[in-house]
Amino acid sequence: MSLLQLENLSVTFGNFRAVDNISYKLEEGEVLGIVGESGSGKSVSSLSVMGLIDFPGKVGANQLTFAGQDLQAMPEKQRRKLTGSDIAMIFQDPMTSLNPCFSVGYQIIEALKTHQGGSKKALKQRAIELLTQVGIPAPESRLNNYPHQLSGGMSQRVMIAMAIACNPRLLIADEPTTALDVTIQAQIIDLLIELQRKKKMGLVLITHDLALVAEVAHRVIVMYAGQIVESGPAAEVFRTPKHPYTQALLASLPESSSGKARLEALPGVVPGQYDRPQGCLLSPRCPYAQEQCHKVEPDNQGPLDRQVKCHTPLDSEGRPAA
Amino acid sequence: MTTNTVSAPAPRTPIQEFWHYFSSNKGAVAGLAFIVLICFMAVFADIVAPHSPSAQARDALLLPPAWLDGGSWSYLLGTDDVGRDIFSRLIYGARLSLSVGAFAVTISLVVGILLGLVAGYFKGVVDICIMRLVDIMLAMPSLLLAIAIVAILGPSIFNAALAISLVSLPNYVRLTRAATMTEMSRDYVTSSRVLGASPLRLMFVCILPNCLAPLIVQATLGFSSAILDMAALGFLGLGAQPPTPEWGSMLADALQFVQRAWWVVTFPGLMILITVLAFNLMGDGLRDALDPKLKQ
Amino acid sequence: MSRSQDNALILNAENLKQHYHVKQGIFKPDAVVKAVDGVSFTLEKGKTLAVVGESGCGKSTLGRMLTMIETPTQGQLAHLGQDLLTLSKDEQASLRQKIQIIFQNPYGSLNPRKKIGSILEEPLVINTKLSKGQRKEKALAMMAKVGLKEEHYERYPHMFSGGQRQRIAIARGLMLDPNVIVADEPVSALDVSVQAQVLNLMMDLQQEFGLSYVFISHDLSVVEHIADDVIVMYLGKVVEQGSRQQLFDNPKHPYTLALLSSTPQLSPDKRRQRIKLEGELPSPLNPPSGCAFHGRCSYANDRCRSETPVLNKAEEGHFIACHAVEENRLEPLAVGVA
Repeated sequence: MSLLQLENLSVTFGNFRAVDNISYKLEEGEVLGIVGESGSGKSVSSLSVMGLIDFPGKVGANQLTFAGQDLQAMPEKQRRKLTGSDIAMIFQDPMTSLNPCFSVGYQIIEALKTHQGGSKKALKQRAIELLTQVGIPAPESRLNNYPHQLSGGMSQRVMIAMAIACNPRLLIADEPTTALDVTIQAQIIDLLIELQRKKKMGLVLITHDLALVAEVAHRVIVMYAGQIVESGPAAEVFRTPKHPYTQALLASLPESSSGKARLEALPGVVPGQYDRPQGCLLSPRCPYAQEQCHKVEPDNQGPLDRQVKCHTPLDSEGRPAA
Repeated sequence: MTTNTVSAPAPRTPIQEFWHYFSSNKGAVAGLAFIVLICFMAVFADIVAPHSPSAQARDALLLPPAWLDGGSWSYLLGTDDVGRDIFSRLIYGARLSLSVGAFAVTISLVVGILLGLVAGYFKGVVDICIMRLVDIMLAMPSLLLAIAIVAILGPSIFNAALAISLVSLPNYVRLTRAATMTEMSRDYVTSSRVLGASPLRLMFVCILPNCLAPLIVQATLGFSSAILDMAALGFLGLGAQPPTPEWGSMLADALQFVQRAWWVVTFPGLMILITVLAFNLMGDGLRDALDPKLKQ
Repeated sequence: MSRSQDNALILNAENLKQHYHVKQGIFKPDAVVKAVDGVSFTLEKGKTLAVVGESGCGKSTLGRMLTMIETPTQGQLAHLGQDLLTLSKDEQASLRQKIQIIFQNPYGSLNPRKKIGSILEEPLVINTKLSKGQRKEKALAMMAKVGLKEEHYERYPHMFSGGQRQRIAIARGLMLDPNVIVADEPVSALDVSVQAQVLNLMMDLQQEFGLSYVFISHDLSVVEHIADDVIVMYLGKVVEQGSRQQLFDNPKHPYTLALLSSTPQLSPDKRRQRIKLEGELPSPLNPPSGCAFHGRCSYANDRCRSETPVLNKAEEGHFIACHAVEENRLEPLAVGVA
């Protein structure tokens, strides 16, 4: 049984499909990277797993289960209890995710109280323990600090401490390091992976940083305009991408071209609400697009663990199949 | 496959966008409609009003409104103690109230923007001097200050309007200064500076248009408080002098007849209430439409 | 002027310093924040100088000094051999046109109440006496150069995506035919594919106009792609300075090594052994004694804690400020281990 299973999940805001029929599975102890540009629906899809899509957004799925429990059929109260204890999430901007009016200790203890309870002393002890786990020096004195007294890296550590407070089985990290400096970013990623290994959590790592995913994820999902265009083992997807979009993304990274050569940038931008093309969503920008690409939306092809949504998937040489 | 692609809406100009947000607030539209009506009546008072505001009908003193016993259709809302048509006086009063409001708001807006821009742009000593002055003005009760100013200058409509604009000045100064300071730190101001723009150009061409939204809202709300203050000053006998028709002084003059003839007091009071309400509603709508923070 | 124009040296900075005084209460003495503390470099025509570092290292302050938004507390800055800091106001104004700046956030750097046309024409209105028609002609020509359509002339900034806005910002920077562009994190707010488009545009424009860039960034992979020379800054000081090859193929300073190893790499054979940096960036209000990096450096010894290292020449054009490098205490690091 998979830890998290999504089948044909869609999130719509009025006429706009932010997430369009995506399906994926996450096993226990697995690191899944979701990559895509802004507007690709990578954050929205995870928010819908957390049940955090507010009106007017609508979530629909054939299947949305967490460890065998149907998240859609579950009563609201039970689901709230599940998210926050078994499923936890950390966000991009640590500075705004903490309430500036309360001390760090108070906020951690509050989070613990709602899900676990216990005496005041035990809670405080547990909070100190958590801060030690996420590598905050002198945790006792940090408990009385307010968020503005912490740096970005420290705040993100506190957020991680709160997220793992209830020993979640699934942790969703939405761009956890984007707002941080390079050296701090490395610290935070190392910490996340270490905790994930120690606690055997499932980790969903949402990011736009392809290289980061390539370094730490087991499997990767590439999203484009609300759809999953390619999925598979991280090393394989990045070595021999099968979808033209993945190929183009990799080619547009500065490190893919040597010296001062031009970068191979896809022309155009990600389609928005009003300019969704017919057929394959990438067809107007795709260098390999053929007639059928402009008319018929491609199906997912390939084995379950290595899918690609393209009429003419690329071969190992990076050329489209006939 | 059907071709039901949603076509992109043409990019809206700021005015279209403004109207889109403004018109979604029904109260604001109602307020705007009433204000337009009042303005129309005020401008065309000579044509709309059935009687002269100072014509006294000796045979029709304290006549009740038309739909009551003893009322006459030639005096729609009845007459006052010296036989003047209340409806006509309200219409002419609108002319006065609105122009006083406009005058007071314009003066305080212009002076307030100038002082606020200068304080926010130059900071330092200039800022401290202006803001302390503003603090002192704010420390005094506004109506009392207005009364003191009118008492010194002598009671007249012009002096009352001047007093009102002076009293409401601090709001505009503070608002402009705060907005200026936020805009000053934005990159587009810096890049204009790199291009070599002069301080005047920076203040008026670059920064001011971006500060206008909260100021317009404040001005609309200031309009209503100017009308209220004017009515209060009129009520105290410090504003318009008889026989000039003015809503506040109409209230004050008729106070002794409250028991016998309720309409003499009620209609001017209602007029003040509805006009102020209309301006406040419109101000709310403007804030919805102009404040980017509230836009989703 | 004519003599120095033949010389390819566009910008020459020597020992630039920017110190701020911060009030700490009535009784305490003012603290001095050394935002930039002694930066020297030369920039040649058509070259790109990258300034790398983490937040608070002074790279943006350096950019603001180069564009004369801020006046340095100390040091010399010359443009085509002309000292920029001792000029009169008028002379400064005319030279100012030659050094333009592009900001990181394409949403804040364009005036939201103005149409693209008037944003692009503003530099001409301020600095030239061109007629309305001539201005429009120039603006449209520049828009075509940066890949914007003619119909965009009448639109407002909020109608554009981030990448297009950055194009507009670049176009505005080029309106006065500058020869130096200071680009402060120009692509870090953009998506990967859009980032590539903008970088391509910047490189094309550099070739076409012979521009020199001062490219401020925290992203080493972008810097490796676009830079000719690189300055690495830490807490206001230059820790390593050299050509791109010297810095990326043969990095010496422990901080540069840490930065490089912290940057995620796509291909496994490029990955470096991760150097774990302990702790956070120190506060510039209260910088550590000696070498500012000693608290996080695994090679630090007593000398590092007490004595501030100076920039030493390691080879031609390659400067390093580190006692450990000087004393040859560093161990070589492996590349290609994940």
